[in-house]
Amino acid sequence: MSQDILSGLAVIVNEVAGVPVEDVTSEKSFVDDLDIDSLSMVEVVMAAEDKWGVKIPDSEVKNLKTVGDAVTFIAANS
Amino acid sequence: MTRQVVVTGLGMTTPVGGDVDSSWKRVLSGQPGIRVIDEPWVDVQPSKIAGIMAVDPADVLDRVDVRKMDRSQQAALIAAREAWADAGITSIDPDRLGAVVASGIGGITSLMNSYDTLLERGPSRISPHMVTMIMPNGPAAIVGLEVGARAGVHTPVSACASGAEAISYGARMIQTGRADVVIAGGTEACIHPITMAGFAAMRALSTRNDDPMAASRPYDLGRDGFVMGEGAGLLVLESAEFAAARGAKIYGVYAGAGLTSDGHHIAQPDPEGRGAARAIEFALEEAGLTAADIVHVNAHATSTPQGDIAEAVAIRRALGSAADHAVVTGTKSMTGHLLGGAGAIESIFTLLAMRDRLVPPTANLEDKDPAVDLDIATGEPRPLPSGDIAAVNNSFGFGGHDVALIFRSA
Repeated sequence: MSQDILSGLAVIVNEVAGVPVEDVTSEKSFVDDLDIDSLSMVEVVMAAEDKWGVKIPDSEVKNLKTVGDAVTFIAANS
Repeated sequence: MTRQVVVTGLGMTTPVGGDVDSSWKRVLSGQPGIRVIDEPWVDVQPSKIAGIMAVDPADVLDRVDVRKMDRSQQAALIAAREAWADAGITSIDPDRLGAVVASGIGGITSLMNSYDTLLERGPSRISPHMVTMIMPNGPAAIVGLEVGARAGVHTPVSACASGAEAISYGARMIQTGRADVVIAGGTEACIHPITMAGFAAMRALSTRNDDPMAASRPYDLGRDGFVMGEGAGLLVLESAEFAAARGAKIYGVYAGAGLTSDGHHIAQPDPEGRGAARAIEFALEEAGLTAADIVHVNAHATSTPQGDIAEAVAIRRALGSAADHAVVTGTKSMTGHLLGGAGAIESIFTLLAMRDRLVPPTANLEDKDPAVDLDIATGEPRPLPSGDIAAVNNSFGFGGHDVALIFRSA
């Protein structure tokens, strides 16, 4: 399950920001490692919400520092 | 004493080519780049034809850039990269570098697409990039970021005169000492059913749908409106000192501009061409030239019944008998009308005509309107004299905006 979410997120991050899929790993920080700015993060969140049918509130987005944080949240809420 | 401005870099993407060289060769050959719009929405449109960019920006740009930028911004970025590379500036203080990029309409296709998303999927699915995609200053901001401009990023908006006004604004930044280098021009990409319907409602567009290549025919008695075009043109302007210090190649000298307004009607030109004539006269004055110095006019010439006549009257009014020795062309016969991009691509064509001493022919001019008392290039490219020469580029816009730019040969 988590592996599927990680793979799916990698595709989304690649689509939104052009980061190679293989670089999107659990320990990577969206901002510091993947250079995802706040606007692109909104795109990632929107795509993730659509893909997994979850709601990721703005109050939660700021806690999603790493790709792993997002995988964990999506796994727990989808 | 204001500082002299020279042009050292050119870039464009147009309906007749994906860069300057291919576009220029195509207009010299007299071949239009107009076609039927291949979209399902076109069936119910009165005007079904346009000058669509010959090279799709999505085929050139990184796809991440494409998703964040309106099509007009994509075109501007492509033209800016070409112009910047062409100028070959390797070292510039960013505080002395500006960007002035105009658009007549802005990111209207992105706005309309976002509205479709709003209706279909609700506000939570609107792109976080929508605002920066639709803002009229978006292309200027993107070009400014691309080159790292910090002297100022600006966006004059004057409908179809916007691109020319941007060049004059950029030149003014250099003349007054705010910048040493400015990348300036215009862009437009608004081929969308709402825009086509709006211009058609004004009866401004050609409906010669069965013969797209013959639809844009400035000065011809059979003209029935302009043909929508899309694309962008950017010029690198430099102070003459800065260009000389780095040994830059120079396409020509920006000699002067005249900017006036008709004060006549929101959309119709003054039939006496008074505002347009004053613009040309002011440009001559700033350039320190007389009408006799002008050997070429790249006319606004959109192929509308009223506009072409009003401009022809204005050119004659401003240049008098000297107009007999000015070769006039209407390159919109081949590119269609790029609205906010028009003044920029046509300034580039004006500079290249002086460089190569060849004026592109006006396509589709078969039965010249007898009300047009000008020497218009048709058929083959027309040679220009050797030596120091000067040329005018006219641009006019809905709202009564009149902009004339004058360039001198290098």
